Amino acid sequence: MKLPALNNKSERPAELNRREFFKSGAAVASVTLAPGVTLMAFGGEASANADPGKRWGMLIDVNKCSTDCNACVKACSDENGWKLDGHPETDAQWIRKVDLKHKTTGREASLPMMCQHCETPPCVDVCPTGASFKRVDGIVLVDKHICIGCRYCMMACPFKARSFVHEEIEDQKSNAPRGKGTVESCTLCVHRVDAGGIPACVESCSATGHGAMMFGDLNDPNSEIAQALKNYPSMGLRDDLRVNPGVRYTNL
Amino acid sequence: MMRLVATLLVLIGLSAGAGMAETIYPDIPKAVGAPHPEGNAYMRINHMRLMRHDRDLTMREGDRSIKYSIKECVACHAVMGPDALPISVKEEGHFCRACHEYAAVKIDCFQCHNSKPEEGFVDLLKQMPPATDDEIQAYLDGMSQ
Ligand code: SF4
Ligand code: SF4
Repeated sequence: MKLPALNNKSERPAELNRREFFKSGAAVASVTLAPGVTLMAFGGEASANADPGKRWGMLIDVNKCSTDCNACVKACSDENGWKLDGHPETDAQWIRKVDLKHKTTGREASLPMMCQHCETPPCVDVCPTGASFKRVDGIVLVDKHICIGCRYCMMACPFKARSFVHEEIEDQKSNAPRGKGTVESCTLCVHRVDAGGIPACVESCSATGHGAMMFGDLNDPNSEIAQALKNYPSMGLRDDLRVNPGVRYTNL
Repeated sequence: MMRLVATLLVLIGLSAGAGMAETIYPDIPKAVGAPHPEGNAYMRINHMRLMRHDRDLTMREGDRSIKYSIKECVACHAVMGPDALPISVKEEGHFCRACHEYAAVKIDCFQCHNSKPEEGFVDLLKQMPPATDDEIQAYLDGMSQ
């Protein structure tokens, strides 16, 4: 269930084994010692680790998305504490709206774009430090503790999903640490997902009544999203690259 | 090495002088929650190792039941400013700053993490009943195994 490196006890420093003791033997003590701490910090129940049996993904129905709606972008920015600062070249862009027009038919469409949480992510392939990584449940993240800000991943991403933090930041959201000199992108609201929730963008999209975004486990054949994917045609963007995005689009 | 010895000599010399000892040690603000069962001496030496280990578990494996999170550090150790709101590490008197300045060790954490707790967090911690002596003893006994 865990990544091999952290499971390998022989490679761990002594404190880490001791720490493991905390998790098992002393679990009762930590509960009685600090009642409510877990409750407060983790929303009522300690969630399980990232589950390798799952693959989190999204399905976006382009027909339901409206050109003049920006609710998902607003929700993401509120949730994760980034904002557009009037510098379109360098501003953070965890999610953005893209308007499309078909050259011959003239059909117009609008859709949200963010990290597509690729199954074989080019950003992870090129990262020299191991900072870009994919969790066992398919969520692609940047470990900002070891990111050196080289920005190879930004070049490698086919979807321009990543941005670089150019300036010092203060007052970050405690769920979304971010700082100067590191690269960032959509985290699929991993802090919410780990607590059993759904990403802020999906929540806000259904709150507007558009309901263009669906979130769920692609691997669970009974999930709403897996059913929808099975029954209706959909596509991953740039399917020719065979990165197999976890975010798919329908009616595009 | 010589510098260390020299510093120690100076420290000893200073603490020998009456009244000087108080001024050279950092003034460490009190925390609001229950004390660390491991004891303050242990935490002083090992807090960064515990936090580093748990951050990898949280971030890489999605384990959110971890014990040492910077989120809770800054909440329990929040120092209130004159406006009764938590102060940031940029202000003198911040918990982390007190020792780190004394030890001349730069903190990198707050380049990305907020050095202030999110609204409401500190109040919740305050409502937490402190651990009893028996509970702390039980925890320490367990740890020595
Ligand atoms: S969309 Fe870009 S940033 Fe996201 S996983 Fe794919 S390559 Fe990486
Ligand atoms: S910027 Fe950071 S995450 Fe991206 S490739 Fe370089 S080290 Fe890896």
